[in-house]
Amino acid sequence: MFKILKYSFFDLTRSRWAYIYTAFFFLFTVSLLWLSGGMSKVVISLMNVILVLVPLIATMFGVMYYYNSREFTELLLAQPIRRTTIFFGQYLGLALSLSISLLLGVGLPFVLYGIFGSPEVWNFMMLLIVGVFLSFIFSAIAFFIALRNENHIKGFGLAILVWLFFAVIYDGLFLLALSLFSDYPLEQFAIGASMFNPIDLSRVLILLKLDISALMGFTGAVIQKFLGTALGMAVSLTVLSVWVILPAWGIRRVANHKDF
Amino acid sequence: MRNIITIAVLCLFGGLKAEARTITVCPSCSFSGIKQALAAAVEGDVILIKKGEYQEGNIIVEKPVTLRGEGFPVLDGQNEAEVLTITANNVVVEGLDIRNVGASYLEDRAGIRVRKAKGFSIRNNRLNNTFFGIYLEHSASGAITGNKIFGEAVQEMSSGNAIHLWYCKDILVENNHVRGHRDGIYLEFVDNSKIRSNISEYNLRYGLHFMFSNNDDYFRNTFRRNGAGVAVMFSRQINMWENKFEYNWGQASYGLLLKEIYDAEIRDNTFRENTIGIYVEGSNRLQYRRNEFIRNGWAIKMSGGCLDNIVTANNFLNNTFDLSLNSAANNNTFDGNYWSSYNGYDLNRDGTGDVPYQPVKLFNYIVNRTPEAMVLLRSLFVDLLNFSERVSPVFTPANVADNRPLMRQLAFKR
Amino acid sequence: MITIENLHKSFGRQEVLRGISMAFDRPGIYAILGPNGSGKTTLIKSILGMALPEKGRIEFQGQNIRGRWDYRRKIDYLPQIARFPDNLRVRELLAMIQDIRGEKPQALGRLIELFSLAPFLDKSLGKLSGGTRQKVNLVQAFMYDSPVLILDEPTNGLDPVALLRLKALLREEKDKGKLLLITTHIMSFVEEMADELVFLLEGHIHFRGTLDSLKEQYKETNLERAIARILEGEVGFSTNGHGKEAARIVLQRK
Repeated sequence: MFKILKYSFFDLTRSRWAYIYTAFFFLFTVSLLWLSGGMSKVVISLMNVILVLVPLIATMFGVMYYYNSREFTELLLAQPIRRTTIFFGQYLGLALSLSISLLLGVGLPFVLYGIFGSPEVWNFMMLLIVGVFLSFIFSAIAFFIALRNENHIKGFGLAILVWLFFAVIYDGLFLLALSLFSDYPLEQFAIGASMFNPIDLSRVLILLKLDISALMGFTGAVIQKFLGTALGMAVSLTVLSVWVILPAWGIRRVANHKDF
Repeated sequence: MRNIITIAVLCLFGGLKAEARTITVCPSCSFSGIKQALAAAVEGDVILIKKGEYQEGNIIVEKPVTLRGEGFPVLDGQNEAEVLTITANNVVVEGLDIRNVGASYLEDRAGIRVRKAKGFSIRNNRLNNTFFGIYLEHSASGAITGNKIFGEAVQEMSSGNAIHLWYCKDILVENNHVRGHRDGIYLEFVDNSKIRSNISEYNLRYGLHFMFSNNDDYFRNTFRRNGAGVAVMFSRQINMWENKFEYNWGQASYGLLLKEIYDAEIRDNTFRENTIGIYVEGSNRLQYRRNEFIRNGWAIKMSGGCLDNIVTANNFLNNTFDLSLNSAANNNTFDGNYWSSYNGYDLNRDGTGDVPYQPVKLFNYIVNRTPEAMVLLRSLFVDLLNFSERVSPVFTPANVADNRPLMRQLAFKR
Repeated sequence: MITIENLHKSFGRQEVLRGISMAFDRPGIYAILGPNGSGKTTLIKSILGMALPEKGRIEFQGQNIRGRWDYRRKIDYLPQIARFPDNLRVRELLAMIQDIRGEKPQALGRLIELFSLAPFLDKSLGKLSGGTRQKVNLVQAFMYDSPVLILDEPTNGLDPVALLRLKALLREEKDKGKLLLITTHIMSFVEEMADELVFLLEGHIHFRGTLDSLKEQYKETNLERAIARILEGEVGFSTNGHGKEAARIVLQRK
């Protein structure tokens, strides 16, 4: 797996898109730091962008990469290696190169600006951790979708839909449910519902750092306990890991039963 | 001001009276007890208490004398008694270590009580586990300075206040460090008094609590991690300058609570990471100037008819919500503040944004109705909601706006 | 070496292989022919384990290949479309395949020389022309000395010189006693190279035998016309004109 990963990673990190992706984050972060001066504000602005853009790009790249390397994958399939090795190798190569782009693009300006020694350093770290998680989760989902759909247009369409669902629609339905049933105790529901969407989950993780003051204004004991203690963070990180494992397991399943 | 000078003069010259005698108390001296020394003392004497442990129950000071500790002698109430009760004028208490008054549901016992006295100075003492720390009633023209009052309160009902003032006038409370009580500093019917440079933290209820007190001020204090920072209720002419309100977290927690307050000036304060920075109820004609609101859940929450308030030249930095209003009617003024979440532009380069900033967001309205919706904070969907509401306001008052939002953060020297 | 028994494979409702049984037990060059959609590629992919047949079995050197992957160590494969990761260099691609197979290639230097690839070794694959990519493809397929070679349209996009060299290479491999399975549309190539033909039609083996026996059976003097006859014959029982259509495609593409 590591061999495939290595070459996929080489291939991807040299691609034009990787440069564009890195450059975008770099320029965006630099201009934010330049314009707003305060690191807190930059972290908040970046959070909005990372939560939306990282899943979108990871989804698009994932589908694109799979379809583009379709023929080469056939050559690999004819080699004496396991199928899962090939797909995990390619997937990890992709997720890793996306993560590196993000880490470099966002991290470098902050390091140059002097993040170490700033009280923001932990919020910033959480931002990067969440960004890496989202890269891994959404490229896995994209790979899974592409593996299941040989039709490129259908695959792309579905991937965009999945992204749209998690990025916007889910929260809309979530909010709708909350306001419709506002007469009922909704604490568990609110926490549970955030767990079923990796973007929401990532957001909550950052909120725990950025907006703890507001979150502590909750009246409910469950939310208080969940958000106010290390428990919330531990559970959230664990569930995020599950979010990586789930589509990866899907990739494995589909790959093993698919005709190429 | 006149009062302060009086106190200062008293402090300076009190000890220099030529006739003053010094009575030394120590466990092995001829005066081995404080009560014994007090009985022998006359007006103006200094009772010098050497290092040691003194368990004498309730000591009543009825003469204008100075009780001075050397090496912090311990006065232990053994959880059964109030320690010092001062009923004479011009008493000075300094350098004592007062301990273990013991909680009581029947009487408000204190480490040091001043009753119906004037011209006192209680300074540089340590009070530990004293139920009520320093308790002033019907007293005036005194100073409480440099004391450390630490309690271990766990329950509001069974705990007292660190510094408790009741029916007092012209009192200076300065440089004290209080923690672990019900209220850090409590004032009821206290006029013309000054609360300066104290640190009040980890108290169950309020860091500082005003009730029915007028013409007071509090400057340069720090209120940190209290149930709530400061509560000012039913009081007039209270000036609140240069204080820090920090990390007051909780369901009903705020940096500063203002309830039915009129004509006060709140300026140069820092509100950092409180669930609510300032919670205002039914207060009119207040001025908020040059304050800094950093990362509070709500920077300012107004409810119950707040009229004619002016909010100007403040920094609102990365608060979850900048402002919450519970009434549609608004005649408060927001002008020339810096709002970190302002995304406008300044084409004419006059330093203020060309588009007004509306600090009340739709999502805030949603959260008020459905608190659980808070978990959707900062999501794309909520941003889209806020945006569409801003374009065509339905739920939020359109006239609550800062028409001259600053493009750059104000630089305050703190 | 390779035995196929009653192989069935369908994609959705479309049956592609309908019970194929045959064995390749002698070395030599086998041309697998048939119109588009006749199941050539599926057959090859089944042997390579890429397509998973729902019925029947395939044995490689006496072992059922189902669920196995290590037998592919003894097969070299030339995919039909020569597309590789755009941002890898030729050298890196070859290194990658060596890494994956975990063995040193026997003939790498010679092949690079044969197809004049030396100047391209440090070029990115995305920047190569189709013909050059096909040469790279050939190098990766021939660089090991495996007993079985499966070539899917090997002549795609080759210039005449390279084509000549490929033919020489194929003969050489055959002489080493290897089994070569080739699919192609180029009839002249088949006539020149193949020892035996397998003609697939609608998922069945329609003909298997030497070139001469095919010609004899259909009483034609060349392969092209013999194949045309096969397909014309199909028209007789085909109601939808599929045979005629297929013949047109086959003949057009040569």
